[in-house]
Amino acid sequence: MEGARQHIKPTPHRPRGGGICENQWMDLSPPDALDETATQPLLICEHCDTVHRRGPLAKGEVAECARCGAVLERCRGMGANALLALILTALVVFVQATLWPIVTLGLNGQYVDATLWDVIHTMWLDHSQVVAVLAALTLFVFPLCKIFMLGWLLLYARSGRRAPGFRRLMVALHHLGPWTMSEVFVLGALVSIVKAHLYFDVLPDPGIYAYAGLMLLITLFAGVDLTRLWDETRGESP
Amino acid sequence: MSQEAMSRHLPRAAELGLIGCHVCGQVCRAVDADGDIQACPRCGSTLHRRKPAAYTRTWALLIAGFLMYIPANVLPIMRTASLGDIDDNTILSGVVELWVKGSPGLAVIVFCASIMVPMLKFLALGTLLISCRSGSNWARRQRAKLYRLVELVGYWSMLDVFVVALLTALVRFGYFSLVEPLPGVVFFGLTVVLTMFASMCFDPRLIWDGKEDSDD
Ligand SMILES: [Zn+2]
Ligand SMILES: [Zn+2]
Repeated sequence: MEGARQHIKPTPHRPRGGGICENQWMDLSPPDALDETATQPLLICEHCDTVHRRGPLAKGEVAECARCGAVLERCRGMGANALLALILTALVVFVQATLWPIVTLGLNGQYVDATLWDVIHTMWLDHSQVVAVLAALTLFVFPLCKIFMLGWLLLYARSGRRAPGFRRLMVALHHLGPWTMSEVFVLGALVSIVKAHLYFDVLPDPGIYAYAGLMLLITLFAGVDLTRLWDETRGESP
Repeated sequence: MSQEAMSRHLPRAAELGLIGCHVCGQVCRAVDADGDIQACPRCGSTLHRRKPAAYTRTWALLIAGFLMYIPANVLPIMRTASLGDIDDNTILSGVVELWVKGSPGLAVIVFCASIMVPMLKFLALGTLLISCRSGSNWARRQRAKLYRLVELVGYWSMLDVFVVALLTALVRFGYFSLVEPLPGVVFFGLTVVLTMFASMCFDPRLIWDGKEDSDD
């Protein structure tokens, strides 16, 4: 257990394994341990309900549950400023990915291109409204909401404050979870291009590059543990 | 001593009278024995020891997803028409076409996303539901890992849906070439959504709730 992956450090007289045992728990946690404003000394694994003592994490380190192996907590290598810069970049790239055509197909001198909105629109007209709605939500509405909400939260988190609406936005972000699918769409575009290439001339458009950039940003963001914002910010959260 | 045997002694929140908030991770003291109608002091979400009605909801969504999955595979998902030639593609024929016509690598990816991942979800969640119900202590760590895998890869099945949508929008050359979505793609989209909800409704804590090893 070295390097970037490390188990939560056990208490000194328990040489191996994470967590604490029942009788230790009482005297290890002060009465205000469950107070909302104090940094929490305890962590509960959301995958198996095991109680762990929170250990200090260096940048880039990941704490894993000793029982089930799930990630308990990760310490991101980036500060709020760096994250905000990433989010703003993501916003610019996302707008471009949405507005610009993705690819152009050519056949006998005829050319057709499509933006994300053309994709959604044609599915709606072609009796696949369910797909149109799914695509509009997972490729446009949810990602855009996520970018704006994160941007807003981070704008305040830079100075350790909680943005107006912090609580509601954090809950909303949690529920957005896996419902943003831009990265799947990028792979879908790739498959479509390969398929179309068999019959048509394929000309890449700026949109596809914007999507590639977006995918990179999503990968960078994948390792960020947002629940830490609860501990890192202070202030009233209406 | 195996890691599993060692971790048996770790305290669990329910035993200590604690509840962890699903949404924000806040550690809360359970107010009463059932502790079911309690709100998280930090984020306001309702606290549950275990996700409510996990078995019923997961089963229901999983079965609904499977019912959608049958037409998704049997019905064609896409029609290609060129110069009066009409060709209907199913999910599997799309993979085969990709394989035969020169991109085996991509064909494998599409095969995994469209066929393996949905199957994995049905089999894995089904196995988890049955083994947890009986409180089995068989391969707990592996089953926990399996659940996390399902959560991680679940939404990639949307791949084929997006491919059909993109090709429909792009291939619009009138009589020369045309792509249309067919009902199969709608069923497939619904399968993905329903199985994603199913895996969200399942509570992985149930894996660890049954009996412990007897050689304690
Ligand atoms: Zn765990
Ligand atoms: Zn909470």
